[in-house]
Amino acid sequence: MNPQPLIAVVGNPNAGKSALFNALTGARQKVGNYPGVTVERHVGRAILPSGAPAELIDLPGSYGLDPNSPDEAVTRDVLLGRQQGERLPDALLIVLDASNLDNHLRFALQLIALGRPTVVALNMVDLAKRDGLELDAAKLEAELGVPVIETVAVRRRGITELLGRLESELGHQRAVHGKDLPPPDLVHLQKRAREVAQAAILRETPVRRITHQLDAVLLHPVAGPIILAAVLFIMFQAVFAWATVPADALDAGITSLGNIVGNALPPGVFKSLIVDGVFAGVGAVIVFLPQILILFLFILVLEATGYLVRAAFLMDKLMHSAGLSGRAFIPLLSSFACAVPGIMATRTIDDPKDRLTTILVAPLMTCSARLPVYTLIIAAFIPNRAVGPGIGLQGLVMFLLYIGGIAGALLAAWALRRSVVKGRGGAFMMELPKYQMPRLVDIALGLYQRALIFLKRAGTIILGTTIVLWALASFPQAGPGQKQSEVSIAGYIGSAIHKVVAPIGFNQDISLALLPTMAAREVAVSAIGTVYALDASDDKQLTSLEDRLASRWSLATALAYLVWFIFAPQCISTIAVTRRETNSWKWTGFMVGYLFVLAYIGAGLTYWTAVAFGLG
Amino acid sequence: MNAAQPAEAFAIPLDSLELGKRAHIESIDWAALEETAARRLRQFGFDEGVTIEALHLGPFGRDPLAVRVGRMTVAIRRAHARAVHVVPIAK
Repeated sequence: MNPQPLIAVVGNPNAGKSALFNALTGARQKVGNYPGVTVERHVGRAILPSGAPAELIDLPGSYGLDPNSPDEAVTRDVLLGRQQGERLPDALLIVLDASNLDNHLRFALQLIALGRPTVVALNMVDLAKRDGLELDAAKLEAELGVPVIETVAVRRRGITELLGRLESELGHQRAVHGKDLPPPDLVHLQKRAREVAQAAILRETPVRRITHQLDAVLLHPVAGPIILAAVLFIMFQAVFAWATVPADALDAGITSLGNIVGNALPPGVFKSLIVDGVFAGVGAVIVFLPQILILFLFILVLEATGYLVRAAFLMDKLMHSAGLSGRAFIPLLSSFACAVPGIMATRTIDDPKDRLTTILVAPLMTCSARLPVYTLIIAAFIPNRAVGPGIGLQGLVMFLLYIGGIAGALLAAWALRRSVVKGRGGAFMMELPKYQMPRLVDIALGLYQRALIFLKRAGTIILGTTIVLWALASFPQAGPGQKQSEVSIAGYIGSAIHKVVAPIGFNQDISLALLPTMAAREVAVSAIGTVYALDASDDKQLTSLEDRLASRWSLATALAYLVWFIFAPQCISTIAVTRRETNSWKWTGFMVGYLFVLAYIGAGLTYWTAVAFGLG
Repeated sequence: MNAAQPAEAFAIPLDSLELGKRAHIESIDWAALEETAARRLRQFGFDEGVTIEALHLGPFGRDPLAVRVGRMTVAIRRAHARAVHVVPIAK
């Protein structure tokens, strides 16, 4: 039994619900999943004025109790007590955008009709004032029949009062309607919502809205796309340039720690496991934390300001011609960070065929797990020189790899829409919310959660596969004059794979790393790191991984390997989430299959072309 | 429908409404819309009599449209906008 009251935070998208949730719970929150569906479950704990804790649940934003998408269905099911793995909330906290009352009140009226103990947060009253709206919370309270508190979540205004009212409402049971709803009469509800809004609005002065002025530039038919391209270019340059200093520092820290630990341990198998397995393997992945955080920083900030939705607006027509919807832009952009949240974000796409196509091409977006591989290969093979003011050749190659992924995704979507996912596209309908200054705490919290997920992966999947690979690569031990990477068990597996991938220029090292890389792409770096560390155990001088690669791979092989990674679906988490989201092994198998075929052909073409130009 | 409508105000499809112009929604051809699209439009507050303003057009092929409906700005595709008939408000 859980004695803590459960309070559901619910409201329209863009009502500032998550900011309010963050203000109420602080860092005391957890991100999980509802059983059976991949809708994220955000729960946190708030301390009520009496000192008693309450559990808060942040429900996906919704326009009503008649769901249009899987995440809206979760909101409805939780509110009606039908959601598996969730108890019926003891109270509702309805979040309203003060400057969008006529629309948000319709859903609020539906929610109040459920008869649960309810408090309304009239949120973003500051922005409403900025828009020239003067509101009367007391009038609104009288019209709605439930307490209304004015809040500005991003400035923590009204939070204490809100918690106080929630606590006193928790005791007051209102008439509970049970699990069944009267069929929603939207026309009537909308009419009532407008009446209530009219009553609550005291004065409305027309002002030049900041959002309107910004949109005049950012959605301009010429300036808009140029600005979007510039934003994306800066984002990818920053990922490469800004991360260098912290990544080098991390690298130096891990290396010296590895040396200290290595010197303290007696020589033998255990030392090899720690130094060659754990430090060389996991360490090689951890150093990419700064890049991943910079990428997420950009995405979180762009999302919080409201710009991401504008990007979807600008891109809709192009996406539409490839058979996708502008709505797919946000899941696909998130897939640049990681395909797993990206594929999960497709649940906001209403049309099932649009959604399936988006899922099938999402793994083509250059996720942050490819960064370690790209960075390593680029650093080893592409000279670090400028090709223009502020544009480095290495950054340019990185940019081209991103473009390759995007072009591949659009072409794949186009082809899929004409073959296996036939049918006309769905709708593109989206709210363009007001622009807002993102709040530092909300961004920091988002980054912290992403960093935690990454480090957890490094500590579990990557550590696990690294140790298994170390074992396979360490035994049997090489005799004098033999190479460890050739005589070990892993060497034999690698040789078998090598037969398949030799035509596209992959050598023994790469073949060996391909199998463990199925766990996660960044494992490629740790796997190669481990193999080389074992081979080099006799020579005392530890050279960098880049130098070793440069001396053992041809440029043609390196380029083919880069192109392989644009396509290859080497990520067990992506495959698992695809299975869960499509609920079909057939589509999951199809995705893995077509991506491997593309990877093989792409890498092959690259290798053969490069060899023809004498780079082999 | 308002009988006192001035004679010069003809209903036009929303996608022909000039940018920056405001209009009243006269009628919506719900039958021409897929069920999900119709539901979403209702949820956005599209309804007869509501004031609407054309704001922006997408850069490629002048599609989609950004319109202000009530106090909310929403993006919809031209194909859906055609089902919404509006009467421009004379300045």
